[in-house]
Order: sequence, then structure tokens, then C-alpha cells
Amino acid sequence: MKISLRILLALVATLAVFGVMPMFADDEIKVGEYASLTGGSASFGQSSHNGTAMAIEELNAAGGVLGKKLKLITEDDQSQAGQPATIVRKLISQDKVVAVLGEVASGKSLEAAPICQQNSIPMISPASTNPKVTEEGDYIFRVCFIDPFQGTVMAKFAQGKGWKKVAVLTDVKQAYSVGLADFFMKGLVAGGGVVTKEQKYSTGDKDFKAQLTSIKASKPDAIFVPGYYGEVALIAKQAKLLGIKVPLLGGDGWVGDSLLKVAGSALDGSFFSCHFSADDQRPVVQNFVKKYQAKYNEKPDDMAGLGYDSAMILAAAMTRAGTTAGPALRDAIAATKGHPGITGLITIDAQRNASKPAVITGIVSGQFQFVETVAP
Amino acid sequence: MGARGNYLLLGVLTLCGVASPWVGGISPYYFDILIGIGINIILAVSLNLVNGYTGQFSLGHAGFMAVGAYLGSALSLVVKFPYVSIPEWTGNVLWWIPKLLWLIVAMVVNAGVSVHNGLAVGVEQLPHGAQFLIVLMYGGMGAAFAGLLVGIPSLRLRGDYLAIVTLGFNEIIKGLIQNCEPLGAQLGLNGIPEWTNFFWTFGFAVVTIFVVLHLVHSTYGRGFLAVRDDEIAAEAMGIHTTKYKVLAFVIGAFFAGIAGGLFAHFKQHIDPEAFGYLRSVDIVVMVILGGMGNTAGVVFAAILLTILPELLRKVAHYEWLPDWLQQVAENRMILYSLLLIILMLTRPQGLFGNFLGKGTLRKS
Amino acid sequence: MVDQLLELTQQLLNGLSQGSIYALIALGYTMVFGVLRFINFAHGDVLMIGAFTGFYLGPKVLQVVGGGPGFLAMSIVLVLAMGMCALVGIAIEKLCYRPLREQPKLTVLITAIGVSLFLESVGQLVLSPDPQAFPELIVDKAIEIPTSWGAISSLTVTLSQGLIFGVTLGLLVILRFIVMKTKLGMAMRALSFNPLAASLMGINNDRVISFTFGLGSALAGAAGILTSISQPSIDPLMGVNAGMKAFVAAVLGGIGNLPGAAIGGILIGLIEALVVGYISPTYRDAIVFAVLILILIVKPNGLLGSSEREKV
Repeated sequence: MKISLRILLALVATLAVFGVMPMFADDEIKVGEYASLTGGSASFGQSSHNGTAMAIEELNAAGGVLGKKLKLITEDDQSQAGQPATIVRKLISQDKVVAVLGEVASGKSLEAAPICQQNSIPMISPASTNPKVTEEGDYIFRVCFIDPFQGTVMAKFAQGKGWKKVAVLTDVKQAYSVGLADFFMKGLVAGGGVVTKEQKYSTGDKDFKAQLTSIKASKPDAIFVPGYYGEVALIAKQAKLLGIKVPLLGGDGWVGDSLLKVAGSALDGSFFSCHFSADDQRPVVQNFVKKYQAKYNEKPDDMAGLGYDSAMILAAAMTRAGTTAGPALRDAIAATKGHPGITGLITIDAQRNASKPAVITGIVSGQFQFVETVAP
Repeated sequence: MGARGNYLLLGVLTLCGVASPWVGGISPYYFDILIGIGINIILAVSLNLVNGYTGQFSLGHAGFMAVGAYLGSALSLVVKFPYVSIPEWTGNVLWWIPKLLWLIVAMVVNAGVSVHNGLAVGVEQLPHGAQFLIVLMYGGMGAAFAGLLVGIPSLRLRGDYLAIVTLGFNEIIKGLIQNCEPLGAQLGLNGIPEWTNFFWTFGFAVVTIFVVLHLVHSTYGRGFLAVRDDEIAAEAMGIHTTKYKVLAFVIGAFFAGIAGGLFAHFKQHIDPEAFGYLRSVDIVVMVILGGMGNTAGVVFAAILLTILPELLRKVAHYEWLPDWLQQVAENRMILYSLLLIILMLTRPQGLFGNFLGKGTLRKS
Repeated sequence: MVDQLLELTQQLLNGLSQGSIYALIALGYTMVFGVLRFINFAHGDVLMIGAFTGFYLGPKVLQVVGGGPGFLAMSIVLVLAMGMCALVGIAIEKLCYRPLREQPKLTVLITAIGVSLFLESVGQLVLSPDPQAFPELIVDKAIEIPTSWGAISSLTVTLSQGLIFGVTLGLLVILRFIVMKTKLGMAMRALSFNPLAASLMGINNDRVISFTFGLGSALAGAAGILTSISQPSIDPLMGVNAGMKAFVAAVLGGIGNLPGAAIGGILIGLIEALVVGYISPTYRDAIVFAVLILILIVKPNGLLGSSEREKV
């Protein structure tokens, strides 16, 4: 008797899972998106999702693509490694999306890329800058610049300011941070500079006094911190407390809504490279800023702009290809030339990357301030 | 059991093998769940041997899984470890003792590295099936060795202390991996070949259950149970409690390593975070839910708890549920923890009761 | 050479303040083990509750007190958080641990794990899993060391670090007073020796145990506020790591031994700072646990613990 009860239990559970799957309308084009909507890098995911969603809405309002409406299926990877692989597998096999948009963080894109490649589903990353992402295969694209360029930009900037001795504080948990630190150091040394100290931390750490103490003792002119905004803010605060007066330098990982909220005035005098500035006076940018502000009640940041551009490029490619079939769509995306994106003119090159200028932003009195644009 | 049991095992394995290609064809989503079930069964049953039958509360099972996953992947990805060289400073120190010590350590480690590198290259040449078997065995043996290293210091410890030490070993294993560049350090390993299929997973699940059941119904089993019920009395009766405790750890770790190898070649990406304290707790919950010391119960608990998060994910998407309930469904940890608390308060022997009516936990 | 010494001193100073936090939490672990003989896994999460109490009450207190951040506001928030955590601790004991008093220790250990996970996951649900910025209760800056003291002036001790050390010291003194000089303290000590005899002597075991839990949890709450002052980014999982390190500290010092817990906490803080500064941050957790295992092999009852003979 007992045994059959248990078997019954297991059977019922199994049946429940093998239950009726939700039916999707067939006259829709399904596009998958995986992003960090919650967790330590939630700002990335929420911004890029906002941009992407706004683009999809605009496209649908204008009649959709190829006569059908676009349906965006978004999954949250909770800023955790290991999740992107699972959700992208689900998006592809269960939701049957024709393309995947994501992710901002390079480490997460690296996880999902082999899966998209194997299934011949095109993937467009809005903001992953580590070069290895598009090396995974010819179905993987990105609409932003890559870290060899970004690292060199910051190295040259440091050189220009006369900062020859730079210490580097890397987040060893993020492929992005490790890669960018590498490229920066190469650029720095090539320009005659010297790396005074290399220290590490992990995403999620709260206390950096030990690393900063060691860095301070090496007497650098500046500190390169190619990490994500959550930790960078804390690092800046603690650096100030420890009496470190030199500026911090960083990359596009600094772009997060809580950066200035948490750091306060600790980041004054620091600089970072990114993709876009809301102060850019080009009409296409100002239009976007107005629309975004009206819809979401806040100013858009890089990730929002890139999210928007990635969706638009996908739609344009679909229209050009005349179909959503994998190989044809892939070819169409690869042929994108001079697309008038929010973040600049986007041309997808032979390595499936976009060659675009970088924007250097400074922080003055707790506010972002545009410094200069650096062309590739 | 006996000869009939062996034939039964062979029969089931053949069935798995035959069914495998067909099962591989079903929707990838359900396939994923099925493989997940198989892996969890292996993990839960192997932990049950340590926690349930031998009464050693181990909170570090995920560490053994990690060893198996990483060693197995190191082989299939042909990761070649670099050789250890004697550091410079030993030359500066006057004593020859540090240099000698380092020399010995370096020799041993380099011998191991040579074996591994040779094996990695050699295994590449083999046909697929043999490759995976060797990869899994390699991972399992490595994990078993780790089990030995963990089991021995833990011998003198009881209850709470043992729990925290096994937890500590889990963290140490994680820490070692996080600092090992060839193993991907904190970034993890990507692109592991997708070799896991129905046959391998359920084949090993069946083997695990078979081995554990056989072990428990033999004289070894009496030894395990004796250690669990009253260690001092067992010692007094002449039972080598050391031997049984270490044996339980080693065998449990071996199968956890196999599960790790299967996991790595299924997810195609592994990183140290996946094998932390929370994963260990996941497995412990399965063992407790099933009834510590009850293999059949533990198997069902593993199936149930693998399906539950997926069910909850579906439920979370139902639009008609109030928001907060949706969120609770999304967050399976809330339900897991509540389950643990309620279970301990009302029915500590788990859903399915104890082995032979007695067990580690019972309502006094 | 002087530079290196200075760097070492700075690292040790940092370690000292982190160690104080561990010490506060470790005391709670050790007190509970003393009276109940089990490890309260959920203790670390009480720290998180203290921090979030401060997060919600902080701005209101600042409003009421007026005049912006300062010691008064901080002290009020500290006391409030300690009170809240004491209540939470007592509630947990009553609901989840008391019914299991007669059960084998394993049962209550597993329950404790469950409570810990529950607090964390509910925290993530209700309080948002993303890190929040803790309100500024004091304006943290480096304490100026006069340059006339020579090279030492290049060291930095932040106000929060000094505060942590000071508050911890103060709480330790108060705790010692309670345990050694009050009746309740005597009851606690009696219970830790022999619960049956204690109840025979007219001690209300339940009350004393509740009090112990309350006291330990209050200390954890204090630790939560102090941590948040020096590292103003709080999230529901902030107690996990600190809790585990503090537990290691308690075991290191000899579980059940109050001074041992404090010393263990400081030691772990110092070890961590040295490992992160001189070896690598990535080895930090592994080495802390390795130290634990080594100590348990060599001296199974911890540094200051007495060897308890296992009687049949």
C-alpha cells in the first residue's frame, strides 16, 4: 500500500510538469532576451531591457516586422553565473525564439554564446566588450566596441594626463574585468607607463581596505578599476577613507544607477570610458532621450541605448532578409552597414563587432560630465 | 539480491542504453529535467550513505561533486596542467630543508601532472563512449581521493563540528579551484562537450542505487549502522569505526564525483559558485525529505525536488496569481527552507520514514 | 623597511576592526552553544536583520534627532537595532528550537539551517535582493594623526574603525558584567554546566535560555549596525559570510568559552587581513577554513576550550 502511494505521488508530479504548455500565437515573431534584472548587476539588465522593450514597442506600433508583431520573451539570469546557459537553452528549445538578445556582462555572454551557436540561432549582445564573445562562432554579434580598443583608450587617456604609474584592481570573477585590465596594462606599458601594483577582488566583496592599503603603498598616479559599478562605488569610498588622493579610472562597467548614489563625492575627479552620453546633441540621441524619459521617468544610460540599438538592428536585418530563418537572418545581421544607432553609426565588421567611438566621461561634483569622444 | 539482482542490473542498464537515443529526441526542456533528476538521484543516494546510514552529518557533498566535475572536464577539454617548479626563494635560504621539502612536493605533484597530461592526450584518441567512461571514472576517483582526505581528519569529530568541518572542506575545494588558472579560476570552464545522455545518467543512477543497497545489506552495512547508532558501543564490540566512516566518505564522494562529471558535460559550463554551501544544502534537503537512511525514499525525494522548481517556475508565470505569491513561487529557497523547518518540527524522519523503522532522526 | 612596517600595521589595524565584528557575532554563537549545546546556524542572519532595522529606522531617527548624522543618532539606532534583534532571536528560539529541546541534536541543527535559509530568502523577497545604501549615521572620515608623531601619521584609522573597536570593547565589558555579576548571568553559567541541576536549583530554564538568545542576538544586531557604518552597502545575504567566519572564530577559541570567542574573532580578522594583503584575496576563505580544520585536528576543543570527556 505504502509503495503505491509513493509511486502515485511521483507520477502526479511528473504529469504536472508534462502538462499543457502555454500556446503562443503563430503570427508573432518571438525574440528572446536574457538579462540581469535582479541581483548585483541589476542596473545593467534593467537598462538594457528598458531600451530593448522600448524598441520592440515602437516597431510593433509601426506595424511590426515582415507583417507580424514582435514578441519579446525576457528571462532574468539574476546576475548569477550558470543561469544564462540554462535560460538560453530554455528560450531556444521551449520558447522557440528566432534570435537572442543579450547579455551586457561578457562572462554571461560567453556562457550563452556556444549554445546559440550550436543551435544556429543568431545572438546579438548589446554591450559585451570582451573579444572572446564573438569568437565563439559566426552566429554571435555585438553592437558595441571591444576591449582591446577600450583598454587602449583609457591607457592613452592616462598617458595624456601624465599618469605614468598606475595600479590595477581587477575583479577576478568577471571575464570582462580580467580582459579589460589586461588590455589596459598592455596599452599602458606600450606608452611608456608602469603598473605599480596588481590587486584583485571578487564581485560581491564589500571590503577592499587590504587591497587598497597595498595599492596605496605602491604610490601610483592613478588606479585603474575595470569593475562593475556596485563594487567600484565601495572601492572609491574606501580609497578616500584610506587617504588615497589619486583619481580612479574605469570602463563601461561603471555605468550603473547606484554608482554615484553610493559613492557620493568619492568619485570626483575620476574618469571612465563608455558608449554614449545623454548630453550628445545629435537629434537622434536627443529624441531617444526624450522618449525614454517620457516612458520610464529617468534618463537613459549606455545600456539602454545599446539595448535599443541591438533590437533595432535585429529588426532591420529581419526586414532585409525577408525571413527569420537562422542562416539568412545571420547573413543579414552580418551585412549591417551604417545603421543610424543611438550610440553611433553601427557597421558590423568581419569579426562581427561594431567599430565605434568611445566616450570618456568624468565625474565632477557628483555629476557625470562629458570629456571627449575617441574615435577608433 | 544475489545473482538475480545482478541480472536485474544488467537488464536495466541495457534498457537504458536502448531507450537512450529515443529519449534524446524528446523536447530539450524535458530532457534537461530528466537528466537533472538522474544527477540528483546519484547525489542524494550517495550522500544518504554518509549521512543516513553512517550517521556522519556531511555538509560538503558539493565539494566532491566539484572535484569530479572539474577533473572530468580537465580531461575532456584536454587541459594540460603546468609543471611545478621549485620557487626561487628556497635557493636564498641557508637551510637545505625547505629546498628538500619543495623538491619532494614538486616531484610528487609533477608525477601527478605528467599522468594527467598523458591521460588527457591519450584519451583524446579513444572512441566517444570509452572516452566518457574514462572521464567519469577519473572524476570519480579524484573525488574519492578527496573523500579520503576529508574523511580522515573528520574522524574525531561529532555532529555540529563534523558539519562545519565538511562545510570548511567544501569551501577549501572551492577556493583551490578558484585559484587554479588552468581550471578557469573564478571564470569557470566553458564549452565542455555535451556527452551526457539518458543512458549515462540513468545508468549510473541505477548503479549507484545498486551499489549502495548491496553495501548496506551486507556486513559492511551492519558496520555503518553500528557507527550511526552508537559509536562507542560499536568500538566496544570491536568494530573499526574509523574504517567504516572513511569508507562511507570515500564511496559517497566517488559517486558525487561521477554526478559532477555528468553535470559538467550536460550544462557545458561550470564555475566554482555552482558547488558551494547552497548546493550541499540542496542535496541534504533531499536526503532529509526522503528519510535519512531510506534509499527508496531518497530517490523519490530527489525526483520530487528536481521537478518542484520547474513546476514553481510555471506557476510563477500564471497571471492570475497575486504578485507576491508569484514571487514566492519564483524563489524556491523560501519553500525549501520552510519545508525543512516544518519537516523537522513535525516529521523529522522525512516523508517516507526510516530504514528498518529506526533511523538517525525520529520523533522521540 | 619603515614603509613595509607601516603597511603591515595598517593591514593589522584593518583586520582588527573586522575582527571585532566577528568577535561580537562569535559571542552569540558561543553563548547559545553554552546553554543549548547546538550551533545556531541562523545567527549570522540576525546581523542582517540588525542592519536592515538600521536601514529603515535610520532616516526616521535622523529626522527626529535633527542636525544630521552624529553620535547621538547612531547610538539610538544601535540600541533600537539591538532591541529588534533580541526580539527576533527570542521569537526564533520559542517557535523553532524550543519544541525540539528533547530531540537529537541533529534535528535542531537542520532546523537552524532551515531558519537561516528562510531569513535569507524572505529577506531577498521582501527587502529586495539588490544592495541598498545604508543611511549615513556618522560622517566617516579618517582620524587625523598629528604629523608630530612621525611616520605613524601616514596610517589611517577611520572613524568607523575606531567606533567599531570602541563599541565592541564597551559591549564586551557590559557582557562580562552581566555574565559574572548578575543573577541571570549566574543562571546562564549554571545552565551551561548542567541543565538538570540548574532547574533543580529553581532556575527557570526556559527564561534563561530566552534571555541568552536575546543577548546573543542583540550583539549580532550591534555587529550589523557597525558593519553597515563602515561598509554602507547592505543586502539580505550579508550575514552569510560573516556568520560563517564568526562561527569559525567561536570554534577556534573554544566553543562555549566567552573570552575564547572574542579572541577567536580578532584572530580570524587579523588572519584575513594578512592573507588578503600579502597573499591573495582569492585564498581568504579557504585559508580561514584551513586554519579551523588544523586547530580542530590539533586541539579539538579549540584554543581556550576545556577537553570534555565523552562519558558513556
